[in-house]
Amino acid sequence: MQNVTAPALRIEKLNKSYVAGKPVLHDISLDFASRGITAIIGPSGTGKSTLVRCINRLVTPTSGRILFGSTDITGLSGKNLRAVRRRIGMVHQEYSLVERLTVMENLLTGRLGYVPAWRAWLRRFPKQDIARAYELLDAVGLGDFANRRADQLSGGQRQRVGIARALMQQPDLLLADEPTSSLDPKTSVEIIELMAKLASARDIPVVINIHNVDLAKRFATRIIGMARGTVVFDGPPSALQDTHLADIYGGQSWIE
Amino acid sequence: MTVPTITQSARPLSLPVNWWRRGGYLALGLYTAYALSTLEITWERILRGLPQGAKFLSRMWPPNFEPQKMELMRDGMIESIGIAILATFFGVLLSLPLGVLAARNLMPSAVSWTARAFIALLRSFNPLIVAILFVKAIGFGALAGILALIVGSLGFVSKLFAEAIEEMNLKQVEAVRATGASFMSVLIMGVLPQVLARFAGFSAYQLDSNLRNSTMVGIVGGGGIGAALFTATQRFDYDFMLTILLTIIGLIMISEIVSTQIRKLFQ
Repeated sequence: MQNVTAPALRIEKLNKSYVAGKPVLHDISLDFASRGITAIIGPSGTGKSTLVRCINRLVTPTSGRILFGSTDITGLSGKNLRAVRRRIGMVHQEYSLVERLTVMENLLTGRLGYVPAWRAWLRRFPKQDIARAYELLDAVGLGDFANRRADQLSGGQRQRVGIARALMQQPDLLLADEPTSSLDPKTSVEIIELMAKLASARDIPVVINIHNVDLAKRFATRIIGMARGTVVFDGPPSALQDTHLADIYGGQSWIE
Repeated sequence: MTVPTITQSARPLSLPVNWWRRGGYLALGLYTAYALSTLEITWERILRGLPQGAKFLSRMWPPNFEPQKMELMRDGMIESIGIAILATFFGVLLSLPLGVLAARNLMPSAVSWTARAFIALLRSFNPLIVAILFVKAIGFGALAGILALIVGSLGFVSKLFAEAIEEMNLKQVEAVRATGASFMSVLIMGVLPQVLARFAGFSAYQLDSNLRNSTMVGIVGGGGIGAALFTATQRFDYDFMLTILLTIIGLIMISEIVSTQIRKLFQ
């Protein structure tokens, strides 16, 4: 059992450079509590995505450590890495659903960390997984869409499926990489609201990397501002001032 | 301001001429003239061939439908269709793993280059030459034809399959990988759904192509209708030859319809 007071996720002196000598992330150290929504804001190209993707190791850090619970996941590979990944749900940018699969099949890909490949091949998923998928579809408001192909859905509907797929994993942590980047403002609010609601119902922490400062302030319990590959602000939304925004994004004129 | 003068000087009123391309056309024209002269293809030669052609055509008509000949043809056609279907089945089945191994976005480069080299080797010979090699290696009969067409199918389908995999959307694959899925599961739920329709298309096309080729491998002893066709030409049985040719046309038309249906099924 995990101690409630210990951080659910700890990042220590994380560095990442895709090209040697040009670090994208520079000595990032952060602790994440076992509940609450953390929004990472910052300009494009500042390493927000890279940071989030280091956490489930879609990106391999150059140096530093990532501790998930008490496990050091920085150097994991193969089976051990997959065992950690299945405990971390991720909502992706531009949905990243498998377009030619049905909504139900997309949800069930969330169980692939547990279900052997031959069962996936024959589409013989455990009954409780299918029952759970229906429950989640109801929870995201797509109860009647199970047999629709993903490419027939609208953007908002697709991202609801994306959220349901991540939660199918019964994750201990939910990551979201620009989940609203291709959605209209109203749908964006609905998507973040839905993620917040479902995550808090399951009592799991959420780390969202997001462009929209207003959305971040409205739903997050903690905001991390990044610029030039480092953390330049870390605190509750109420503490985020215009001077911080000017520091994060640069310039003044756009802040009204 | 210096900027306008610079842009003006870079704006000539005639478009650039691609001398390389013009030179290429010229070279092609010159070579064609040269080749025609060395191979002695002249009007006189063509005119000399015409009466021969007319005689040939007149001896073909009417097609021969004698029961004994029909039996010969039926056996040959059944064998040809069998060769085509078996070669397509095994060729396509084997090209699945080979295509995956050759896809540069799924495999380390050492693996994909080895697989690519192997595919290039398979593709280097015409099916007829491969059939000759198999007939010499394992003897006359349908097995040699099947193996020859498997080689051809494997080379064609696995190459196109690898290219389809390389063009797929990697974000969808990454999303499946992020759930903790194993490599096989990622293939099944992330890669295959994206490429299956195209793969079915290649396979249907290959079936079509194998039906054509299976009528040919018999000429070199690889089994099927080709043997009967070759014998008919050797014996000047041109009327029976026409029967065979008409049947092959019918078969290819049917296969065209079937392959269209297969492609629709996997859309």
